[in-house]
Amino acid sequence: MQPLLKVENLLKHYAAGRSARSKDKLAALDGVSLSIPLGETLALVGESGSGKSTLALCIACLETPTSGSISFEGIDVATLDENQLRLIRPQIQLVFQDPVSSLNPRWTALEIVSEPFFVQRRFTNPDRAVKALQLLDRVAIPRKMAGRRPDEFSGGQKQRLAIARALALEPKLIILDEALSALDCSVQAQISNLLLELQSSFGLTYLFITHDFAMAAHLADRIAVMDRGRIVESCPTENILRSPNHEATRALLAAAPRFIESTGELVHA
Amino acid sequence: MGGNCPPKVQEMTPLLEVTNLHVSYSARTAEVCHALAGVNFDLAPGEILGVLGESGSGKSTLAAALLRLLPSNGKFQKGSVFFEGENLLEASAHDLRKIRGGRIGLISQEPSSSLHPTLQVGQQVSDVLAAHETLDRRALCEKTSQILASVFPADAERISRSYPHELSGGQRQRVLIAQAIACSPPLVVADEPTASLDPTTQQEILQLFRTLQQKLGLAMILITHNPALLAGLADRILVLYAGRIAEIGPAAQVLYSPQHPYTAALLRCLPSHFAEAQSARKAKLHVIQGEPPDLSSRENGCQFEPRCTERMEVCKSVEPSAAAVNALHEVSCFKFAADSCPGTMER
Repeated sequence: MQPLLKVENLLKHYAAGRSARSKDKLAALDGVSLSIPLGETLALVGESGSGKSTLALCIACLETPTSGSISFEGIDVATLDENQLRLIRPQIQLVFQDPVSSLNPRWTALEIVSEPFFVQRRFTNPDRAVKALQLLDRVAIPRKMAGRRPDEFSGGQKQRLAIARALALEPKLIILDEALSALDCSVQAQISNLLLELQSSFGLTYLFITHDFAMAAHLADRIAVMDRGRIVESCPTENILRSPNHEATRALLAAAPRFIESTGELVHA
Repeated sequence: MGGNCPPKVQEMTPLLEVTNLHVSYSARTAEVCHALAGVNFDLAPGEILGVLGESGSGKSTLAAALLRLLPSNGKFQKGSVFFEGENLLEASAHDLRKIRGGRIGLISQEPSSSLHPTLQVGQQVSDVLAAHETLDRRALCEKTSQILASVFPADAERISRSYPHELSGGQRQRVLIAQAIACSPPLVVADEPTASLDPTTQQEILQLFRTLQQKLGLAMILITHNPALLAGLADRILVLYAGRIAEIGPAAQVLYSPQHPYTAALLRCLPSHFAEAQSARKAKLHVIQGEPPDLSSRENGCQFEPRCTERMEVCKSVEPSAAAVNALHEVSCFKFAADSCPGTMER
């Protein structure tokens, strides 16, 4: 079966050094290949600076890769022009780490969630409001809060709004860039339950970017470990936990303190 | 009220003693938000106390209150904070300047916004020293490089001449630690010191805390929302909920056999699946139903009662006071006041 997303040998270089004309190059992505089958979750784990977010931006067509190919449903997005990209972008949505800076503070919840309809010129105005309210229902935000602005919502509710906005255009792939990292652990549990529920009812595919190995192991079918712009290890979740092969994977696993439920004991590797 | 803590077996006088601390914030709407309501604890010299709480539990207010750094709308309603025998709530501005940085170091959450962007970090560390100690230039330089060497064993020289933007998040956090320990204070308050760092760097910083604590014998208050950080580092853990202490006790007891229903529920929320069973994956995680209470409308009874799975009739109307599970472990819950610990309820 053809994967929903297939990335091959992706390179992204940024100019480095003191001047813009400098010939120094920083390879943020240094030959990345991955694929995600429809309906699955791939967790991308790595330290800060390993290139996770650059990869996310390239996949979301927000950055242009230096070379390599990204194919979404078999279409190579690198070859598309701006008009054709407009058709692809709604199918790939992003949820960011910081819900405070990713929501417009002057807009109401309803305006935030219905913005994608305006951008993509979908539906008539009354329909947009109805659809937006249904989205709020989906993420368990009470309808009576639809007229409130982001600062009146708690951190978890803000992240729910960001998720509702991401769902608006019925995407196939949602990129969760550290979407749980800024939340308290009890709220993380609520949002991860919501993500699982949405995945099973809409058949969503997730690219879950995180540095929290425990949450990655909980949500993902496969885990890919990134280190310095490369994917150094990629395999099903169970295998990677049982026998991590690469140095970077072992370092990340060791850094994650964890509860082992059976003994009730907290273990430091 | 307040005074029913069980007697503690403790020969040393505590370094810090917080008694019945109430802090509130006023807002434009004339509502008053009770951020801390009756917090009691003490800290022995050299002890590491972990403060565990979620957003809005009052943990950052506690850090600010200990250094008298509340914002202008914050107010001490009641209580006292005795540090080395002096009540900080009555200390003069002059004394406070000596205590802040000199006797109590603060490590804040945001390493990027706490450093001056256009000064070399070595300068910023020596400024702390110069503010508290009278040293000539050479002694100042020497001491600064010593302090930097204790947090950057490898390349203190180079770091000292760098500007904050040239450093990584972990390195900036180390500079803040250097500032906090510069005058070798007996107490360091760290408010979410590792929140913006990735796990590998987090572990390095925690390791540094361990080393410094052993080397300098510092007492630390480590404030965090992440229970896993406290394991293996904190001696005791204090769990805050809605500005009140839900539970305080030795770290191992609080983490491995939590007694307060809130602590237990919070720890159950963590994904626990290094248990490799496939069945555990993608299963629903435990959640705590409901939302944390609104601190501006003060309800009677236990603050956790609406979300508690073990609530009793009494919880609705009466606020539980701290009851001892054992000599070191106290829980504010009627579950304990009633059965396991009759001694604490008698007057």
